[in-house]
Formats: sequence, C-alpha cells, structure tokens
Amino acid sequence: MTEKEHINLQGRLRLKILGLHHGAGSGHIGCSLSCIDIMISVLKYKGAEDSFILSKGHAATALYTILNETGGIPDDAMDSFYKNDTTLPAHPAPGKYDAIPFATGSLGHGLPIATGIAKANKLKKSKGTSYVLMSDGETNEGTTWEAAHFAVANRLDNLLVLVDKNGLQGFGSTKDILGDTASGKIWETMGFDVREADGHDIGALLAAKNELLALKNGRPKLVIANTVKGKGVPYMENKMEWHYLPMNEQLYTEAIERIKLDYRL
Amino acid sequence: MRKHFSTYIEQVATANEDIIFITGDLGYNALENLAAKMGDRFINAGVAEQNMIGMAAGMAYKGYRVICYSIAPFVVYRCLEQVRNDVCFHNLPVYIVGNGGGYGYGIMGSSHHCIEDIACLSGLPNMRCYVPAFVEDMNACMDEMFARRGPAYLRLGLGKPLPAGMTLTDYGAAPAKLQGAGLTIIAQSPVAGNVAAALAASGAAANVDLFIVNRMPLTELPADMRDSITYSRNVLTIEEHIATGGLGQAVSAALHRAALPVNRLTSLCAEGYPCGLYGSQAYHQQQSGLGEDNILRIINSYFGA
Repeated sequence: MTEKEHINLQGRLRLKILGLHHGAGSGHIGCSLSCIDIMISVLKYKGAEDSFILSKGHAATALYTILNETGGIPDDAMDSFYKNDTTLPAHPAPGKYDAIPFATGSLGHGLPIATGIAKANKLKKSKGTSYVLMSDGETNEGTTWEAAHFAVANRLDNLLVLVDKNGLQGFGSTKDILGDTASGKIWETMGFDVREADGHDIGALLAAKNELLALKNGRPKLVIANTVKGKGVPYMENKMEWHYLPMNEQLYTEAIERIKLDYRL
Repeated sequence: MRKHFSTYIEQVATANEDIIFITGDLGYNALENLAAKMGDRFINAGVAEQNMIGMAAGMAYKGYRVICYSIAPFVVYRCLEQVRNDVCFHNLPVYIVGNGGGYGYGIMGSSHHCIEDIACLSGLPNMRCYVPAFVEDMNACMDEMFARRGPAYLRLGLGKPLPAGMTLTDYGAAPAKLQGAGLTIIAQSPVAGNVAAALAASGAAANVDLFIVNRMPLTELPADMRDSITYSRNVLTIEEHIATGGLGQAVSAALHRAALPVNRLTSLCAEGYPCGLYGSQAYHQQQSGLGEDNILRIINSYFGA
C-alpha cells in the first residue's frame, strides 16, 4: 500500500469507529482512535501463520473495524454492535470469529497468551509471528513481567509486542500513577529488541516491525508506538475522559467533518 | 499419587506429540523422568502461575494439550481469572494439576492447603474437576481428562488401593452390588480412605452403601446412588473441602431436585481452622471431624449406637 492509501484507510476506519460509537452511544472512543493505526500496520500485512491478540480489549471497535475491512467480520454483524443479540459486545467475546481467537477485556491476559502462541510456534517450527497489542497502562499488570521474562529466557524472537503508548490510563497519566512501566529501557534491559515509532505513521510502524523481525537473534521484540489518545478528533486528543464519554450529535458531526478534512476523504 | 501421575504422563506424552507439560517450578523428586523424556515439551514456567495458565491457553489454541502443574493452591487461586477467561471461555484442553488438595500439605500451613478449589473451579464454563481417591480411579480420571479435550482440574493427594467390593463408575466408584442398606455414604478424596477404614471398623459395612464421587460438578444423582438412597433414606456425605460449593451441597441440591425424601442428611466437610492451630493432614482432618474416629461415630449414630 502507498502512503496515500494508508492515510485513506486510517481516515475511513476512524469514520467507522466513530459511527459505531455514535450508533451505540458508547464510550471507549479515545483508546480505539489511539491504536487503530497500529492495528492496520499488523492486520493489513498479516501472514497466514501469524496471530494477533488485542490485549487491550476495550479498543474492540478498532479491532472490529479493521477485521470488517479485511473480511474477518461481516457487515451485518457490525450493524449489531453493542445491541442485544450481538456477537460484538464492548469487549471481544470468545468463540465468535476465527480472527478473534481470544476474548479479552481484563488487562494483562494478552501477553501470556501470545507468549504461549510464540512458544508453540517454535515447537512446531512454524514461521508465524505472534503479535500482541497492549496499552501502556496495561503494563502495570504483573503478568507483563512474568511473560516478558519467560519470552527472553525461551528466546522467543517470534513474539512481537506492540505498546500503544498514549501516556494515559484509567484514572490519570501513566507518569503520575506507577511511572513509565512501558519504558523501552526496562524492556531492553530484560532482553527485548526495542524500536520506537510514531504510532500514527503506518510507514514508520512497518519499518520498525520489519527491522525487528529481521533480527533472528533469539531476543523477543517490542515496538513502542507513541500515540495520541483520541487521535484525529481534536477535542478528544490527550483527554483521559474520552476513554469513557460518548458523543452527542453535535460532537459526532464535528468529529467526522474533521476526520474527512484531515484524512482527505 | 504423584509418582503414579508422573509415570502415567510419561507414557501418554511419549505416545502423543501434542502433549506439553508446564510446571510452576515444582516437581523435585517426582517429575525428573518427565523432564528427561519430554525434552522441549517439558517447560518450567518459573514462579509465575498466571503466565503459566495464559501461555497454556495460547499453546492449546495452537493445537497442544497442555498440563499445568503446581501445588494445588498456587495453580487454583493465583490464576483463577486466567483459568476462567483464557482457558474455560474458549473450551481449551488445559489440564490444571494441583498436588496436595485439601489439607494434603499438612504442617506446611494454610497457604499450602486447598479446601475451596472445587468451589472455585467446578462452576466455570466447560470445566471438569477430577478428585481421584484411589490409584485405580486416578487412571480412569486421567484417561477421561485426556480424551475429553476440554478444561480440567486434577486434584492429587495420597492414593490408596480401591477398597474391596467397590467397582469403578463414570462418576467415581460404587458398591459392586447394592446392599439394601440402612445408610448411603457419599465421599470424596482424600477422606475416602478414612471412610473405608471406619466402615471396616464399625461392623456396619454390610448395612452401608459407600459411593465415591471423583468428578465434579455433580449435577444429578447417578441411578445406583438414587436407588441406594431410595432404600436407605439416610445419607452421609464426607469431603475434605469447605461446605460451600462442595460435594455435600451438590448432593443436597440433587436430592431436592429429584424430590427424593430422606430421613437424615449429614454432611462432614473441611471446617477451616476451627481452633486456629496447625498440624499434619490427619490433625486437620480430626479438627474438622473427618478423622476415622468421628466418621465411625457418625456412622454408628445412624444405627442407634
């Protein structure tokens, strides 16, 4: 895909995310806009043997829209988002779509699962990469450190962790709560190969990812994707409250007009 | 049971390449054979039980059947959410093996006891709990566990031989032939051995039907158990587990659902730490009224003695 095509897709999927949340009157908008570009960089380029786990399950609308784009979720299911009888609740459900192998929503589960998948791939001599997308706040969870040390000790260079680093978590800034638990230095010290990238620049994300995966050196991989919560909607950007708030009619109109303008749609 | 377990696993894992064994850094003097025989399919996850279960789910998703081994409380309580969300929600073949269920670790103290495990696990979706009492029914439990390919919990303890006159069933063990008895006893490991010893000492064995339940949850009474209770109208349940969510409550609810009238129902169970003091497994059994003497006393009380 060209840069222009990337930008077009980034804009279109943002409109879909906003449409889903507007239709449902639901929150979790800022965190989906924060990580949709990271998901594009993985799921538009995913190989048949690769797997992807969305560990920050609250960004489900970002997952649903990209999977709808790539054929993993049909249109009629998208129409049922957040309604009764849906297969698409606010956090991914178990056993509904092959493209969503694990239900997530409680933080700190995705990395151990992805680590297990990476270990299994090694045992099976599969060439697949095990991707997992975490939030920076999520790295507060102790399982992060259990899994990370296991991955290093077991030389899982087929594990690629993506951290959506927007600097905000449930009730404040990451720096004010437990400090920077997603610091690249910590991961590097543990034995990961680490790259940082602009988390809204698909080209930069792809470059970081490809550079890491070329290193067949036994070290697991981490991309720190520096992001903006609510990216693309100025009144949401870097605002913790847009983890929770729904949009009213006026705010929705303002949001989609701005996205159309900035992403040249 | 631990040695028997590792021998069994060695055989199954040698014959089946899809079996993975993960230990939470335990197994000294018990699992060395597995480490040697299974090669890279034997994994030490370190002292990190939550990650162990999450990883097992990931590996099961990729087609493996995965055993996760530790001391029972460590592999039940610490990682309960991983068991529920990662394993059970997805109906994956992850087999949680807890050594030393009940008061099995005795003087090691309360951190090492596991008397709420069935309550925690047996209600989770797709989960089957196995609580073998004897070496013979341990094989039956593990055969079923590996064939079932869904979430399972295996509570290991000290195995004794199956008492004479008992036969294995799909829920545990039953009398080879119902006695037409005055009392129906329904027991679960690890106190099943105490019950068998008490019965032998009571002289009432000919007037008692003893059943062992080693699969939980128990949602309805098996036909032979129902027949025995229909005749005896007297029930005694005995388990090394708290009352909440255990065998006694399951039997009680099943009796009610089956509208089966009983004259007397007594449930002996783990009472926790009633005097706040600690000792061996036998000591804690005594404290909860699960020792052979008290079981004998209760049995005799059903016969007016």
